Amino acid sequence: MNCNPHANKFVLSALVFILACATCGAHQADAIPESRRIKPEELVKILQTSSGENPLIIDVGSHVLYSQAHIPGSEYIGPAATTDGLQQLRKRVQSAPRGKFIILYCGCCPWAHCPNVKPADEALQTLGFTNVKVLYIANNFGSDWVAKGYPVAKGD
Amino acid sequence: MMSKKLVIGFAAVIIVFLFMLAHSRFRERHPPGSHRSLAPDFVLPDINGGNLQLSDFRGKVVLLDFWATWCEPCREETPHFVELQDRYRDQGLQIIGVSMDDDDTPVRQFYKQFKVNYPVAMGNAKIGELYGGILGLPIAFLIAPDGSIHARHDGAVNIDIIEAEINELFASIPREKRPSPSAESNH
Repeated sequence: MNCNPHANKFVLSALVFILACATCGAHQADAIPESRRIKPEELVKILQTSSGENPLIIDVGSHVLYSQAHIPGSEYIGPAATTDGLQQLRKRVQSAPRGKFIILYCGCCPWAHCPNVKPADEALQTLGFTNVKVLYIANNFGSDWVAKGYPVAKGD
Repeated sequence: MMSKKLVIGFAAVIIVFLFMLAHSRFRERHPPGSHRSLAPDFVLPDINGGNLQLSDFRGKVVLLDFWATWCEPCREETPHFVELQDRYRDQGLQIIGVSMDDDDTPVRQFYKQFKVNYPVAMGNAKIGELYGGILGLPIAFLIAPDGSIHARHDGAVNIDIIEAEINELFASIPREKRPSPSAESNH
């Protein structure tokens, strides 16, 4: 096969560009390093263990979704994608020790599309918190938590 | 030359994989005629100051879409829904949006910005529970003219699949009950 090297280079560049476009932008939560993520099953174990420090669990998503079902003991702050939500988050943790074990979660949309967890995580990193984990919810809170029979509370 | 071909092939495979991943969704479907549950009726405030009652649309094929302005996959599928509503309005398709936003201000802005041509109501936790828990967005229900739930789609909608389902429901309507071409909904 006789291929034009310039054409090949163009095709290759175009594919790399398309690939780059496909993998960035929408996937902001993907920028949260693995080391700061916690899986649902890991959090369930922590919730079931009476010993050790109780984490402060903060919901940074939609209130309508939180009212239907949330992690027992978690506190609703507001969507961290909004200025108000971020302010509420900063206010809630301002007096907490910087080593406090904090778990952030949302579950409104698939992980790659969640607009809330990354701004919340960034805000806590900026404030100097050193023990923050973000609950990795692959699809949504319904399928990755409630449908698995993990503990749930309702209401405000 | 060979290595370039391999790179191109590899990149193509990754792109196809990412595309499939982005459009993957959970779909629960009930074929026409099988046992289906009735879509729970509700009355919700619409964003134009009125009330929206689901049972008012009995006789139409209804696509009930739970969404929110902050949900990126929801935003992406809205233009497709606007197009579907235009294309199938005369045949009896009625799309209904139920926003799960906490506040209606961004919903009104979104409605204008995207020139939404179907009614949008403000949802709440109660309707979420009524529909088995709307604990992630988007979630869409396709409702048959008799009011039964034909399919539930969790995640971003594959428009081709949902369009095929809509046509399947149209085909299941007896000819004498199909709307005449001049009959249009003003919603």
